[in-house]
Amino acid sequence: MTRLTVILAGPLTLVQDRGRPGLGFLGMGSAGAMDRAALALANRLVGNHADAAGLEILLGGTSLRADTATWFAVTGAWGSVTIDGEAVDPHRATLLPPGALLTFGPAEHGIRYYLAVRGGIDVPPVLGSRSRDTLAALGPAPLTDGQVIAVGPEPADPVPPVDLVPVTAPPLGPVTLELRPGPRTDWFTDAAWSSLFDSAIDDGGGWRVSPRSDRSGIRLEGPSLERTDARELPSEGMLPGAIQVSPDGAPTILAVDHPVTGGYPVIAVVTDASLDALAQLRPGQPVRFRLATGR
Amino acid sequence: MKVLPFGDRALLAEFESLDEAMGAFRALEAARAPGVIELVPAARTVLVRIDPGRMSLTAARNWLESTRLDTKASATGAIVTIPVRYDGPDLASTAEILGLSTDELVSRHSGTAWRCAFIGFAPGFAYLVDAESTGGRAGLDVPRRATSREAVPAGAVGLAGEFTGIYPRSSPGGWQLIATTEVTLFDPDREHPALIAPGTTVRFEVVEP
Repeated sequence: MTRLTVILAGPLTLVQDRGRPGLGFLGMGSAGAMDRAALALANRLVGNHADAAGLEILLGGTSLRADTATWFAVTGAWGSVTIDGEAVDPHRATLLPPGALLTFGPAEHGIRYYLAVRGGIDVPPVLGSRSRDTLAALGPAPLTDGQVIAVGPEPADPVPPVDLVPVTAPPLGPVTLELRPGPRTDWFTDAAWSSLFDSAIDDGGGWRVSPRSDRSGIRLEGPSLERTDARELPSEGMLPGAIQVSPDGAPTILAVDHPVTGGYPVIAVVTDASLDALAQLRPGQPVRFRLATGR
Repeated sequence: MKVLPFGDRALLAEFESLDEAMGAFRALEAARAPGVIELVPAARTVLVRIDPGRMSLTAARNWLESTRLDTKASATGAIVTIPVRYDGPDLASTAEILGLSTDELVSRHSGTAWRCAFIGFAPGFAYLVDAESTGGRAGLDVPRRATSREAVPAGAVGLAGEFTGIYPRSSPGGWQLIATTEVTLFDPDREHPALIAPGTTVRFEVVEP
């Protein structure tokens, strides 16, 4: 059975799969890969089952070796990925020779790389998932330098013969996210609602990603969202994408490791289709919102 | 019941009282429709998360509005007894806030049948309310501490508002700490990781130091 040795873990490298949805009533969030489509693509490229666990590598600076020849694929963030110094094409299945060093350089577009290895990362599942929930401290701990991790048995399906997957780089400029109204939209002034959609960054409007963002939430810097009254909200259930507004008027878009319940009113909710983009937002990047249309 | 929007994958059902929300959660859980992937109860609400591929928001709203909500049936039948020592650092000051002696506080807290309304804050952190009385509750309503502690130890039993609760693990916290237990409330390796789930009846039993 293949083993991976983590030579350098980098700032935060986590084992992630599709998460453990459905346990909110016991106080547990879903966790799972923040960029779901990127992990799904990486798994597909090496012929893995969609439930296979991969690595979510924040920012890069990570390197690994495998003890046997191992198929892998890298998706998500764009940056320099090399095998013993030779550049590797992203978004395609590649064979990592035994003992060769797979290195992730600094992410240049987006911030989270996804690495799938054929057979999947085989750590013991916790409550049905191999995902780390960073807020609840559940699931496999962040990888550390020198750690050895097992790879699961090869799936029955062969590595699919795909030459080129059309994937565009995560943008460096403004990212537009779709919103739908939240449960507490009417707790805010009309001006607050319209300033959500104001993208005039240079005129002091608009939103930027705060460096204090992580898997539990993307904090936004921008205008203060004013409320019509200062009622206290009894805690209510939350989901990824919910835009909670703290008493100082600052919005946070909850991400996969969000607290299961929260006491700040939710003005709007990012649609499912826009959620994966949260994973690749870089500190300082401009964010724009658009109201989703249709059903 | 008021049905509020929550993006494109969920609805938030809001109720007038905690009792109504607790009963509605049980009723919705029992009548769960395919396509509903998660129900998250809280103080006045139940969050209904759907799989948009299997159920539309309109169908979810119809399901919510057509499910008979028996607001009385909030208990699941599960009963958990928690052995505690009433040795919390806020025991005396909390008794003083309530105008009780510490003995009276202990006997009211340990003499009440509590019920888990919902879990929040951390995995396995159960918000327990007096299961029998409504409105006045156990007469143990106290505000949170003016400043919260940076580290409350695992097993600390606290009071806040109409709730009592037990910290499943060390974390920051602002509840008034009145007692301690050695029971493990949350263990992901157990078959039932959370000792207390919504609807569980909980009693506190005094153990001698």
